[in-house]
Amino acid sequence: MDNPFSLKGKTILITGASSGIGKTTSIECSKLGAKIILTGRNTKRLEETMALLTGEGHQLKVLDLNISEAVSEFIENMPKLDGVVYCAGTQRTCPIKFIQREDIDKVFETNFFANININTLLLSKKKINKGASIVFISSIAAGIVAEVGNAIYSASKGALSSYAKVLALEMSSQRIRVNCVLPGMVNTPLLKKLDVEEDQLKEDEKRYPLGYGNPEDVAYSVIYLLSDATKWVTGSNLILDGGLTLK
Amino acid sequence: MLCLLFGINKSNSMDINHFIANFAAQFDDTDPGNFKTETKFREIDEWSSLIALSVIAMVDEEYDVKLKGEDIRTSQTLNDLYLIVALRS
Repeated sequence: MDNPFSLKGKTILITGASSGIGKTTSIECSKLGAKIILTGRNTKRLEETMALLTGEGHQLKVLDLNISEAVSEFIENMPKLDGVVYCAGTQRTCPIKFIQREDIDKVFETNFFANININTLLLSKKKINKGASIVFISSIAAGIVAEVGNAIYSASKGALSSYAKVLALEMSSQRIRVNCVLPGMVNTPLLKKLDVEEDQLKEDEKRYPLGYGNPEDVAYSVIYLLSDATKWVTGSNLILDGGLTLK
Repeated sequence: MLCLLFGINKSNSMDINHFIANFAAQFDDTDPGNFKTETKFREIDEWSSLIALSVIAMVDEEYDVKLKGEDIRTSQTLNDLYLIVALRS
């Protein structure tokens, strides 16, 4: 009997694959039989991810998603896709009183514009198969939980989640499904870049009944949404927060 | 003595007042007159994580200095914090 949770025979594009959630998602998807197309900006780290993939036939493309010509050329030569995972993301902490346009632009370029630009091109070049699944890495910051200093990041993830809803509706006639996962704090290199000390993180982690997540916790949920097991699921926001929002 | 060591001379006395005024501006309910060089700022009732972030952002904007959370946590008085900013500006 076929396993509905398998990704065997599926070709999946993953943005932001050089680090954190994108890297782990790539590795776990390959273990379940998918052929992965990795994109990211850092050659060395992308090659490290590539080396950790299981199976054959994966591709790697070092790409700045904000450079449209490079993205267009890349897409022209790309095989058709059964899945896309938009993981490219960054963070910026700044109290609202101090937010400047360039702070907003920087975060939105990576978290929102980069991902939706490539999505537009994939659709207009008809690179996404019928029945495919698109997954966005959003966040509980997208209108679920407010943290001081997190307005720009929250807004960018909220934009992604809202965009995904409309995309889900527009793609439904093709039976292409679109869903978001909304993680809370996950142990990734991005978290280490935050200006907080180990003991502060330990204190914050106490707010999570199941503690902070790990990248594979997010990857497994993404796999679930990529697989045929969720062929009736579209427009959903799957909260992954170790119980933070129970309280 | 410490000031001499760090090459901070008397002309900076204006600057510390300027720094204290900028620092005080991050508070909404605390009287600006309550902020002195020896004020232990983390003991002020209104002190919060949002104000700490605002101080970091203000120092970046006004002095082009990147403070870390640790700089704030290890400083006791406004003068301690001022010396860190003055050294790096």
